[in-house]
Amino acid sequence: MADRRRVIQWIALIANNAYLKGFAEGRVYRGSLKSICVPGLNCYSCPGAAASCPLGALQAVLGDYRYKFSFYVVGLMMGFGLVFGRLICGFLCPFGLMQELFYKIPSRKAAGSGARWLRWGKYVTLAVFVIAIPVFFRGDLGIGEPAFCKYICPAGTITAGLPLVAAQPSLREAAGGLFAFKVFAAAAIAAACVVIYRFFCKFLCPLGAFYGFFNRIALYRMSCDGNSCVRCGACSRVCRMGVDPSREPDSAECIRCGDCLKACPSSALGAGFEFVRKGGAKDAGECARG
Amino acid sequence: MSEKTGNILRAALFLIALAFVAAGVSRGEMSTVLRKAVTVCLECIGIG
Repeated sequence: MADRRRVIQWIALIANNAYLKGFAEGRVYRGSLKSICVPGLNCYSCPGAAASCPLGALQAVLGDYRYKFSFYVVGLMMGFGLVFGRLICGFLCPFGLMQELFYKIPSRKAAGSGARWLRWGKYVTLAVFVIAIPVFFRGDLGIGEPAFCKYICPAGTITAGLPLVAAQPSLREAAGGLFAFKVFAAAAIAAACVVIYRFFCKFLCPLGAFYGFFNRIALYRMSCDGNSCVRCGACSRVCRMGVDPSREPDSAECIRCGDCLKACPSSALGAGFEFVRKGGAKDAGECARG
Repeated sequence: MSEKTGNILRAALFLIALAFVAAGVSRGEMSTVLRKAVTVCLECIGIG
């Protein structure tokens, strides 16, 4: 499962950034595909980006003086969430893969999965930086700034800022205090990802916060069969997102990596798209009650 | 949540999502996204 997942993650990363010419020329793709959003976090200013980042697109529309809500981007994100839930985080998000690669760097790893209250950070980021600031804090021209992209997003700095600033002398000259801050913030997040598994997903990612709402009702779900579960706790011990899949198989924190499915000695856990799900039980809460 | 309730909720949300996308496209949000995405987003890269 893990190997298959890694292959899919790489395919998703390459598909998201298929405009290879952009890397060679230090320019962004300007075709019409950019009007469509990909499901994962992938900055549209990355020279290779073939489509748009949903968070960037959402802030672009919310910050436009003509709009206060983006039906288009929210509708797309709802559609993605309803089909996949946070399977997107585990399989399709390019920055999710990057975080897992950072975590492979040899170092002392943090015990546990991090303080639970800190996980509210991603909901705060979604509410404040992605929605409130672009909508309510507008400049003289009525344009709101994309605060998440501007002050937080490490994907923008790592995959777009650094390559473009390296390639274009004019951007190098323009880079100042904000660029230095963003590089520092991205470095800090990357360093945190080295010691804490998917630090950004757990504590900061607004996209994960949004898709987490859909884990319970998405077509892709997990379940636990109380008759087969031997309550050994292997699933919760192996989960690096701090979830107990036997109690909360559809937790908003679960990124559907599948580690628990492999660890379960009795095949009590099942996962899959509705109607084709194998193993587990139809009732998601069965293990907890059993 | 029972399976039937879940299916109804899912179907309703799918319809809402489709309606949202259609409404967004009809009022020109796609072109707003395209316009932003085909130029280097200075805020995203830490310049603007």
